[in-house]
Amino acid sequence: MGSYIVKRLLSAIPVLLGITVIVFLIMAMIPGDPATAILGSYATPENVAKLNRDLGLDEPLVARYFIWLGNMLQGDFGRSFSLNRPVLDEVTERFMATLILAGTSFVLCALFGIMAGVVSAARQYGWADRGITFAVLLGISIPSFFLGMMMILIFAVHLRWFPVSGMYAIYGGGDLADLLHHLVMPAVALSVVATGVVARLARSAMLEVLRQDFIRTARAKGVGEGRVVWRHALKAAMVSIIPVLGIQAGFVLSGAVYIEMVFQWPGVGRMLVDAILKRDILLVQGGVVIVAACYVLFNIAVDVAQSLLDPRIKT
Amino acid sequence: MQQGMLNWTRRGVLAAGVAMSMALGATAPATAQTPPGVLIVGQIAEPKALDPAAVTAVNDFRILMNVYDGLVRYRDGTLEVEPALATAWEISEDGTEYTFTLREGVRFHDGSDFNAEAVVFNFERMLNEDHPYHDTGPFPLAFFFSAVESVEAVDDLTVRFTLNEPYAPFLSNLAYPTGLIVSPAAVEQHGADFGRNPSGTGPFTFKEWRSNEAVVVEKNPEYWDGAPELDAVVFRPITDANTRTAEMLAGGIDLMVEVPPVSLSEFQGEGFTVHEQAGPHLWFLILNAKEGPFADKRVRQAANYAINKTALVDNVLEGTADVAAGPTPPAFAWAYNESLEPYPYDPEKAKALLAEAGVDDLSLTFYVTEGGSGMLDPVAMGTAIQADLNAVGFDTEIETYEWNTFLGEVNPGLEGKADMAEMAWMTNDPDTLPYLALRTDAWPDKGGFNSGYYSNPEVDKLLEAARVATDQEKRAELYKRMQEIVQEDAPWVFVANWKQNAVTSEAVENFALQPSFFLLLDDVVKN
Repeated sequence: MGSYIVKRLLSAIPVLLGITVIVFLIMAMIPGDPATAILGSYATPENVAKLNRDLGLDEPLVARYFIWLGNMLQGDFGRSFSLNRPVLDEVTERFMATLILAGTSFVLCALFGIMAGVVSAARQYGWADRGITFAVLLGISIPSFFLGMMMILIFAVHLRWFPVSGMYAIYGGGDLADLLHHLVMPAVALSVVATGVVARLARSAMLEVLRQDFIRTARAKGVGEGRVVWRHALKAAMVSIIPVLGIQAGFVLSGAVYIEMVFQWPGVGRMLVDAILKRDILLVQGGVVIVAACYVLFNIAVDVAQSLLDPRIKT
Repeated sequence: MQQGMLNWTRRGVLAAGVAMSMALGATAPATAQTPPGVLIVGQIAEPKALDPAAVTAVNDFRILMNVYDGLVRYRDGTLEVEPALATAWEISEDGTEYTFTLREGVRFHDGSDFNAEAVVFNFERMLNEDHPYHDTGPFPLAFFFSAVESVEAVDDLTVRFTLNEPYAPFLSNLAYPTGLIVSPAAVEQHGADFGRNPSGTGPFTFKEWRSNEAVVVEKNPEYWDGAPELDAVVFRPITDANTRTAEMLAGGIDLMVEVPPVSLSEFQGEGFTVHEQAGPHLWFLILNAKEGPFADKRVRQAANYAINKTALVDNVLEGTADVAAGPTPPAFAWAYNESLEPYPYDPEKAKALLAEAGVDDLSLTFYVTEGGSGMLDPVAMGTAIQADLNAVGFDTEIETYEWNTFLGEVNPGLEGKADMAEMAWMTNDPDTLPYLALRTDAWPDKGGFNSGYYSNPEVDKLLEAARVATDQEKRAELYKRMQEIVQEDAPWVFVANWKQNAVTSEAVENFALQPSFFLLLDDVVKN
C-alpha cells in the first residue's frame, strides 16, 4: 500500500508542473497586461513600461516562469497586485469559504437526492413519484444563478428571513449560527441541480435493483417493505449511485463560481474571476495551482480509499 | 419490520435535524439592524489598498477621502480648490514655485505630528527612486506630480514645491487622492503593509479590514475640521450590481453608489432617496481621422448628426447621463464654454454631409467594450449607435472586446484596425483629457492617447498655453476657444456626460454627491 501511495504521489508531479506551465502561458498570452489594468485611462506606453518594471514584469518570459516556480517551491507565491497581500493568504482563506459552501451543497444533494430517488422508485407511478419527478425536472431546468436571484428577492428582500449576501453579518456576527444563517440560501441554490441529477439516477438505479430476484426473495421471506427498500435494494443500488456522487462533487465545486457571484460569497471562484479581469497574474497563477493541487490530492485520496475497500483496483 | 421502522426513524431524525437547523437559521434576525450612527456603504469592489499613493480606482478613493486629507481639497459641490492641510499658499511670478503654509496642531491618527517634514516624506516616497520607502509602491499615478523637481521643508510649517516648468493643474492634482498625505511614522512601521494599516489626518480613523467583507473606519473626535457626526462607517464590497440592489432593498446597506440605470425605478418609492450629480466625465467615440471615411471632417460631423444622443441618454441610460456638447464636461464650470450646443439629431443633415463628402465606401469597423471604468452600458449603447449610423448610409460592423483587451487594442491607435471606438474618461482638471488625447504630440507613437490621430496646430497651441497659464481666467478663455474648434473639427462623437448616482435609506441625512466623484461622509447623519 505504501509503495502504491508513493507511486501515485510521484505521478502527480508532472501533472502539477504541466498545470504551472499552462496557467503561466495563458496569463502571458491573454491580451491586456496588469499595468494597463491598473493604470486604466492613464496607461501611456511610458507609464506602462515604468509600472511593469516596478512589478518585475519586464524580465523575459522564461526567466519570469522560473523565478515564479522557484519562489513557489520555497513556499512564496508572491503578492497580489490587485489586493496588495500575499497570494497564499488570500487563496487559503477563500478556498476554505468555497469548501464550506460546496461541501454543504454536496451533503444536501447526496442526502435529498438519494432520498427522493428511493421514495420515487418505491412508489413508482404513484403520486409521490409524479410529484418528485416533476420537482426534479424543474430543479434540473433552472439555472442556479437565476434561482439564487429569485431566492434573494423572495426570502431576503420580501420575507427578510435570510441575509442577501456575504458569509458573516457585518455587525455582531461571526459565530456558527451566523455562518449557517448566511449559508442556507447559497448552499440550497447550488445544490438544486445536483440534487435533481442524483435523484434521477438514484430512481433508475433503484428501479433496476427492485426488479431483481433477491428482492423478490426477500419479500417472499416476509421482510418488511421499508427494510427491503432501504436496506437490501439501496445497498445494491449505491454501487451505481456513488460514481454519480463523485461527479456531482466536481459539479458543485465548479458551479460555486456563479453562486459566489450572486451571493457575494467570498470564495475562490469569485476571487479568480476578479483576478482575471484585473490581470492579477500572480493571484490567478497561484490560485489555479493551489486549487489544482487540491484536486489532484483529493483524487489520489479517493483512489487510495477505493483500493483499500476493493483490493482489485490496486495495480 | 421492527428493524425497518428503526431505520426509517434514524433517517427521519437526520432529515428533521437538517430541516431544524434551517428553520433555526430562519428565526434568527435576518438583517441584524445596524446601530444608529453606523453607516454601511455598498461598494462596487474590494479595495486594493488604503495607501492613496498606490491606488488608482474611484472605488478605493471613496474610502481614502474619509481617512486622509490633502494639502488642498475641492470646495463642497465644486471642482475648485480650497485650503485643507495647507491654510494658504503663494505661487511665484513664473509659476514654478508653490509655497504652502501648513495647518498647526494637526496630528495623524497614530499620534505623530503633521508638519513640513511629513509632506516632504510623502512626495519623496512617491517621486524619488532612492527614497528608503520608495519600495512601498509602485505608485502608478506618481506622474501627476512629474513636474515637481524638489520639495523642501522651509520651516516646520512651511513647505516649498519647485516645478521644472509652470504647470497649472498642479493645485488640482494636489486635491486628487494621489496627493493625500499619509503618516510617515506608519509607513516606517508597516512598510509594504501600510496599505492595510493606513494612518492619515482625516475625519475617520481606520479600525479594521476584514478581507472581502468590510473595511471599518471610526470617528476621529479630534478632526481639525470638526468631528464627524457618524460614529463609524463600514464599506462593504458587493461586486454584483443586482445583489447590491437587493442588499439596499433589504436594508443590509444604508448607502449604495453606482446604481445600475435599470434598478433606479426600484428606489423611486418611499424609504429611499436617489442622489444625482454630474461629474467630470465624458463618454465619446474616437474617430480615426487618419484613414478611411472619417479622414474627411464632413463625414465625422455627419456621424455627430446621425447619432440620436437624446435617445441614448434617456432610453439606454434611463436618464443617468446628459447629452455632451464638446470635449470638456460642464462639471468644470469655470472652464466650460456655455455657448456650445450639442450636435442636434439630424439624419437628413448627416445624409447631406455624406453626399457632399462623396465618400464611396462607408463601411466602418467599430470597437465596442463589454464594460470598464466609466463606460456605462457600452454594448447597448454601441448597438444603438450602430443602428443610427446605418440609418444614414454607413455600414457599421461591431467588434466587442473585454475591457483590458479593448484598452490594449485602442490605446496603441486605431490605424489599420478600426474606424471608431468607444471611450470614456473621468478627470480632475480640464487640462487632462484634451492634453492627453487631442494634441498632435499625444499620438500613440508619442506616448499619448490620441488614438484617432486628430491634429490641429491651433488646438495644440491653446492647450500648451493653458497648461502654463497660472491665471484661471486666462486658462478658462483658452479652454473655451479650444472647445469651439474641437467641436467643429469633430475628432470624436461627443455622446454623454454621466451623472453619478447613489441611493440612501431614509435613516441617512445630509448626504450629497460631489462633482469630483469622491464620497465625503464627514457631515452625514444616520438616525
